[in-house]
Amino acid sequence: MSARGILVVAELAAGRPSSVSRELLGLAQRIVEQTGGPVGAVCPGADAEAAAELVAHGADRVYTAGDTELADYDSDAWTACAAWAARAMDPNAVLAAHTTSGADLAPRLAFRLEAAAATGCLGVEVEDGTLRFTRPCYGGNARETVSFNTRLAVATVRGGCSEALPREAGRQGETVRVSLDRAALRARTVERRRESGGDVRLEEARVVVAGGRGLNGPEGFEVLGELARELNGALGASRVPCDLGWCPHSMQIGLTGKTVTPDLYIAVGISGAGHHMAGCGRARNIVAINSDPEAAIYKDARWGVVGDYRKLIPPLIAAIRELRAASAARN
Amino acid sequence: MHIVVCAKQVPDPEAAFSMFRVDEQAKKVIPAPGLRMVMSPFDAQALEASLRVREAAGEVRITVMSLGTESARAAVKHGLAMGADDGVLLADAAFEDGDAYTTARVLAAAIGKLGDCDLVLTGRQAADWDAGIVGSGIAELLHMPVVTFAREVKIGNGTVRVERVVENGCDVIEAPLPAVVTVSNELGAARAPSLRETMRAARKPVLAWSAADLGLPPGEIGAKGARRVLERLFEPVKRGACEMVAGATPEEKGQKLAQCLLEAQLL
Repeated sequence: MSARGILVVAELAAGRPSSVSRELLGLAQRIVEQTGGPVGAVCPGADAEAAAELVAHGADRVYTAGDTELADYDSDAWTACAAWAARAMDPNAVLAAHTTSGADLAPRLAFRLEAAAATGCLGVEVEDGTLRFTRPCYGGNARETVSFNTRLAVATVRGGCSEALPREAGRQGETVRVSLDRAALRARTVERRRESGGDVRLEEARVVVAGGRGLNGPEGFEVLGELARELNGALGASRVPCDLGWCPHSMQIGLTGKTVTPDLYIAVGISGAGHHMAGCGRARNIVAINSDPEAAIYKDARWGVVGDYRKLIPPLIAAIRELRAASAARN
Repeated sequence: MHIVVCAKQVPDPEAAFSMFRVDEQAKKVIPAPGLRMVMSPFDAQALEASLRVREAAGEVRITVMSLGTESARAAVKHGLAMGADDGVLLADAAFEDGDAYTTARVLAAAIGKLGDCDLVLTGRQAADWDAGIVGSGIAELLHMPVVTFAREVKIGNGTVRVERVVENGCDVIEAPLPAVVTVSNELGAARAPSLRETMRAARKPVLAWSAADLGLPPGEIGAKGARRVLERLFEPVKRGACEMVAGATPEEKGQKLAQCLLEAQLL
């Protein structure tokens, strides 16, 4: 593999590189350590400050249209900017976050540049000089490792699959201005509706309490919400409660929902199907609470409790409070 | 108005995942005994979206199109029984062992051959490879705008208006027709075929096109045209070291679990 480098499609959150974008810059730097070449970041809405942050987190070169209106994802504009940057840089691979933005952009970019894409990757490795991408398929029941016979590979990578580099203030990098052909913009975003959501962002929460079909109704999320608040965590769900309207779809964790990698994942009434585990399997510690002693989730869990969550969660919350109070008293 | 819905036939994803096995040597999934083949659920929801457009807009012809082996005819028939007007089956040995790229090439060629398509709908991803590439690929190949992850699709004044699911809400996007839209599960359940429609479906026309019919050179499709190289297919490793927290009462279980979390410094 020639040393052409890696181009990262970077997203911003409140004007700064998002956590998964920082992780991708770290991943790209680890890849070019083996392959050589630069790390680029294309971020259509980056201003000078955001560009400097991207450099501080590992970008050697930032491609931006310099238009803060493009900070929010726009499929046509971002795809055009990414294609422009990829043509200018000619990297070995383009890596985007596996968000609704990256998952939209990557296939379009791949087709436009006569390349191919691997979406929702859990890992990207250099093996025998070739980039290999590992991703879940068959509803999370299987993993495939793929490579590409094209000059360019495009991939989206799930959050929590690699570590960001420590921020290095004063790191040197250049900024390249992308020229965006506005005639390429056909689909228009006329409105952006946002839910107010919980206090803790699901993707960045250190503790996630998630409920599944086994909650048997929307009231279950009130019980889980109390536990989540006690642990300063976020509330999530498997797909069934979202589809049944028990909770908003923005809480969905799994193959077609969000990917979370908390220190503690408490799965309540979740059977543990592959499509759900694809979104939470990388949590450091999983607690499974289920009324079915045969539930598959126990195979992925560190601790399992069998029983009715309605009877288990209140004493669990009480015990957590007690233990914390005792440990605070000792200190 | 002519809508083409691209629908793939897949092993039933609702089948018990405990039955799921992979042949790592052959890099293939071992079909569980009695496993049904069904229309991929997101594609069924794309077809549902097309039916809702027809119910709202009137004069809409819906074509359901499937690329696969001859068995994919059942997916086309399912689409017709749900309410599509006609079907296209793309079954040719030359298409086999392709990837998302060659699949999009073949579907784009078939949509081009139909000639009068205003809107292409398909699922956000197929329930087997879960890639979510083909819909956007068709759009790029046909130079159409694309909107992904739709939870609502409406047509009016030569544009498609889509509510597109994003992490914490939705974007409302308008694109000029012809366009491609991929549909997400948030759209809601696809209707089951009624007996009446199933009876009618038997008389609806199904075109069958080969690679030659589409003017596609054999070297550019199927395994020969694929850009993806499948290196490995395997089952994820389960952690398999679960400590069951037992107790005579829920209170005891709760206390023990809290103790475990404290000792692991997770509180």
